[in-house]
Amino acid sequence: MCLGIPGRIVEIVDASDKLALADFGGVRRKVNVICVADAVTRLDDLVGSWVLVHVGFAMSLIDEAEAAATLAILDEIGELESEIAGMRETAGP
Amino acid sequence: MKFIDEFRDPEKARALLGAIERIMPEIERQPDRPLQIMEVCGGHTHTIYRYGLEQLLPPGIELVHGPGCPVCVLPMGRVDDCVAIAKRPEVILATFGDAMRVPGSRGSLLQAKAEGADVRVVYSPLDALALARAHPDREVVFFGLGFETTMPSTALTILQAAAEGVANFSVFCNHITIVPTLQALLETPDLALDGFIGPGHVSIVIGAEPYGFIAEEYKRPFVVSGFEPLDILQSLLMVLRQLRDGRGEIENQYSRVVADAGNAAALAAIERVYELRPHFEWRGLGSIENSGVQIREAYARFDAERRFPVPALRVVDPDVCRCGDVLKGLIRPQQCAVFGRACTPETPLGALMVSSEGACAALYQYGRADPT
Repeated sequence: MCLGIPGRIVEIVDASDKLALADFGGVRRKVNVICVADAVTRLDDLVGSWVLVHVGFAMSLIDEAEAAATLAILDEIGELESEIAGMRETAGP
Repeated sequence: MKFIDEFRDPEKARALLGAIERIMPEIERQPDRPLQIMEVCGGHTHTIYRYGLEQLLPPGIELVHGPGCPVCVLPMGRVDDCVAIAKRPEVILATFGDAMRVPGSRGSLLQAKAEGADVRVVYSPLDALALARAHPDREVVFFGLGFETTMPSTALTILQAAAEGVANFSVFCNHITIVPTLQALLETPDLALDGFIGPGHVSIVIGAEPYGFIAEEYKRPFVVSGFEPLDILQSLLMVLRQLRDGRGEIENQYSRVVADAGNAAALAAIERVYELRPHFEWRGLGSIENSGVQIREAYARFDAERRFPVPALRVVDPDVCRCGDVLKGLIRPQQCAVFGRACTPETPLGALMVSSEGACAALYQYGRADPT
């Protein structure tokens, strides 16, 4: 729960509640983007960006290379699979 | 260096290890005692064991695995309180999966679930709020856990519940805060830490500035670090350079992700929803002043401790457990009499064996393969 998982924002689903759809290696779930919203002028500008997501909240914008490196390390220490499985179970409609 | 080829960039790792080896003789230290560098964060502990980093380091450096695993430091009394709430018939208790197996004095949440309590694992506090919307006839209680990494997510969920007027959602708040904890560690009389590898993801939220007192008051090097093995080696080298130069400064090795001022929106949510508790109990470390947060009066209706009676008993850790001594770097995990015998990841006695980020569980998982 303490490790951030990199995901890519694919769509803003609710601008007033600051909810976006993020893709985590094929698993998609809603994430809250309020903590990274200040970095852009329009929320839609987040689409395509990589973010570090902690328990459903995007906490930091990261670049693609950082995202790839973080995904690789999480995979190697065995944390990626369980986090993604947790997301999948609660990904919802 | 038998593990080094596992690194993504073995050449860089060799260069860093070479620099670490060369700098050691330049650091003034007592000959009979190694330099003790604490990595605060459980995620770092996990990486260190996974890559066998300790075995790669030259003699004279000891990595001390710090208290930065919130599941590990949760005291049994709080687990008991959570189990008591979970067992109420109207309650759905929603928790991160990590907390399911944490032992209380009368069992874990997993055991409570087996006995009929409605305990559900969620990935996010937002999922707990969704459960509350879906079950208006039930009381959904979220087991709020973690340092500043997860603190904003719980706060923002409470703010969302308040905005929507969700009446059947509350939080059993066990969030803890890193700075008073480091301060308490530094005040421990028998502690002799020489420097710190600072947490990366906590620092995304709070930034690097709040650690300033460590440099100013305690003159210790503190380097905020990323999670890759190369990050950790580089951060260690930065700590050692400071020690060689007689500096005690806050440096940010993870600046590609961590801004010195932290995340303003996350800090604002924390400030709005929580206030400091005068004291919070830690497993293995005892009571630490101002180390936990509670929900402010303005959001009292979302505070499970005010909505439900909790026993709030203090429960002492089992006598045989030496988690506290491990957390302070006074002993290594394998020096605890029950390590790997009565206390294993399947049947944890002490908290450090519970989560994969705990020093004991990480050593148990990876240490066995290492002949040293």
